[in-house]
Amino acid sequence: MFNFSKVAAGSFAAAFMISSSAYAAGDLIINLDQTDPAPKKAFEDIVAGFSKENPDVNVIVNTMHKEGYKTSIRNFLTADAPDLATWYAGNRMAPFVNAGLFEDVSDVWEENGLNEQLKSAAASMTIDGKKWGVPYTYYQWGIYYRKDIFEEKGIAVPTSWDELVAASAKLKAAGIDPFTIGTKALWPTGGWFDYMNLRVNGYEFHMDLTAGKVPYTDPRVKATFDKWAELVKPGYYNANHAALDWQEAVPALVQGKAAMYLMGNFAVDVFKNGGLKEEQIGFMQFPEITPGIPMAEDAPTDTIHIPANAKNKEDAKKFLAYMARADVQTATNVTLGQLPVNSGAERPEERILQQGFDMLSNAYALAQFYDRDAPAAMAKAGMEGFQEFMVKPERADAILDRLEKIRTRVYK
Amino acid sequence: MSEQALAPVSSGNSPKFSGGPTTSGASKTRSSKWIANQRKLAPWLFLAPGVVMFLVYVIAPIGQSLWISLYEWDGIGVKTFISIANYIELIDDEAFYTALYNNVLWLVLYMLAVPAGLLIAIFLNQTVTGIRIYKSLFFFPFVISQIVVGLIFSWFYAPNFGLFTKLLEFMGMEGIAILADERFVTYGIIVAGLWPQIAYCMILYLTGLNNVSPDQIEAARLDGAKGWKMLWYVIIPQLRPATFIAVVVTIIGALRSFDLVSIMTSGGPYGSSRVLSYYMYEQALSEYGFRMGYGAAIAVVLFAIMMVFITLFIVRMLKDEREGY
Repeated sequence: MFNFSKVAAGSFAAAFMISSSAYAAGDLIINLDQTDPAPKKAFEDIVAGFSKENPDVNVIVNTMHKEGYKTSIRNFLTADAPDLATWYAGNRMAPFVNAGLFEDVSDVWEENGLNEQLKSAAASMTIDGKKWGVPYTYYQWGIYYRKDIFEEKGIAVPTSWDELVAASAKLKAAGIDPFTIGTKALWPTGGWFDYMNLRVNGYEFHMDLTAGKVPYTDPRVKATFDKWAELVKPGYYNANHAALDWQEAVPALVQGKAAMYLMGNFAVDVFKNGGLKEEQIGFMQFPEITPGIPMAEDAPTDTIHIPANAKNKEDAKKFLAYMARADVQTATNVTLGQLPVNSGAERPEERILQQGFDMLSNAYALAQFYDRDAPAAMAKAGMEGFQEFMVKPERADAILDRLEKIRTRVYK
Repeated sequence: MSEQALAPVSSGNSPKFSGGPTTSGASKTRSSKWIANQRKLAPWLFLAPGVVMFLVYVIAPIGQSLWISLYEWDGIGVKTFISIANYIELIDDEAFYTALYNNVLWLVLYMLAVPAGLLIAIFLNQTVTGIRIYKSLFFFPFVISQIVVGLIFSWFYAPNFGLFTKLLEFMGMEGIAILADERFVTYGIIVAGLWPQIAYCMILYLTGLNNVSPDQIEAARLDGAKGWKMLWYVIIPQLRPATFIAVVVTIIGALRSFDLVSIMTSGGPYGSSRVLSYYMYEQALSEYGFRMGYGAAIAVVLFAIMMVFITLFIVRMLKDEREGY
């Protein structure tokens, strides 16, 4: 009897402890914008690993479709905030930071030594000297090309602008579109402009431009367009690209009707699903244009944030720290097929990723992407202008005048 | 039954409403007040749900749009009052004029649906075996969702593999990517929109043709009318109610031509197929938008345009009602 009551008391105490800690920790709600199989799996693994280390936290994941998420985040951050939400770095998070909807997580960075480990992405996570989230993955942009076609036509991988133009001329003469692109959704044009401007004028100028400090009528922007015209005017892009989505531009590459595609690394999966073999796909860094300008790259970073209205910030911060850890980022990015941000993470094994990893490690600086570096209204108008330029290059001046008008309005 | 004298029951009111002998004193006065005014109150009570809905979901949002259009607001941050700055910006916005021009194009070309619908209706208004099947087949495009219509036409116009390109190539011409060419894109979308709209007008006219009086046709025949004269002077005047509805729904359809633009081009290439409603959505609600004030200003302009037509319709309807149509 005595024993029994002791056991009962013990289990009562244990039960009390569990319930009290469960009360303190409670549920951790995560809103996720990743519905594709690989990212979904990556997050399942992260949640499983986190739950194992923090058995008292009950993680609930809401998965939403990527495009719908971009609209719904505005609602749920104000109305019914989760404890964590995925989003993007750079200027894309500025509206939420400025509206006070994201929590300052500088302490998480401080306590976990992230200022060192995530140094490459620190600038893009900082607004007003504070950190507003944690980056968990990024990926390289560059030119993916058909190795077999290059070999067959006897084209060496271009390392300078002149070589790239010469290679394009050779491909065009052989009846192959040098570049394929689908600009219907506009953003693929942003990649082109980023690289042209980064290579012609350099990183600092590009950042000043996207920050609205330089007018679009500046002769240096015109110089970028003039260089770009060397590809546009001779018709080195596939015709009718304005009617295509980026995926719809892939078949041309797969069928050998086009030889190069400037894209983010996520495209490799689509190439392979389309029927290209591993050894047919090559990756090259966007070649130098103005000699001597240090090479900066586009590397869009995906991030996770704590909404200011979150209920369980304590566990949310634990989760951020967990996602930032080197071993977790290694595992996550193996599943994602992308690159870990943490400098302590292991080098990926896949060939193209390795190339990207080395390229980004040696990069002079990293840009996010035109539509993440420039504010939304400017990005939209800008990319529309780039699309128009890629169809009607003779209108360059009119386009730049229009963009300048919008710039003066957007950055007041 | 003495209180019956108190209740000034209006003529024609049934006596069964004038309280029974068992009702108590208090409820007697209440019910007598009700009885006194029920003729006046009843219509309002019946109208009340509709009026409340109309106020909450139509009138209030119009007011809110006007109100928001005077602000600069991203939907989550601070609202700044900028008075008519949004409208001033609109005047200097090329994209706005492109959208406005496209809206006019839509209005004009969409009207083709009315005569085309009439033509098909007259063609189908005959008694052949299985005519019902043909009628339903012709009506089919209207049953399909606009989104699906948009997708079907996107494929139809698709460069390289689309049926339209193949047709052109078959005729010895070079394929044109309609939806990627600023010159043709709006026309291409309007054609896609006409497909279901013609079917809609057709069904309106088919029901109208059922009500055409055979006596008048008979009489006209005896007077020697046939062909165009018969159509113009005898049939079409009798189809007036159908024409009225067909014009109304077509104008409304043209002004709210949003789904096709969105699904087929997203306003592209570089904004050349935008219409006002899509531009408003882009500015206020899309991924790169969230300029609520500017979007609201566009909405107000669109509302003003619609108001012109709405006023015309209402004046016309009131006139018809007075004349007893």
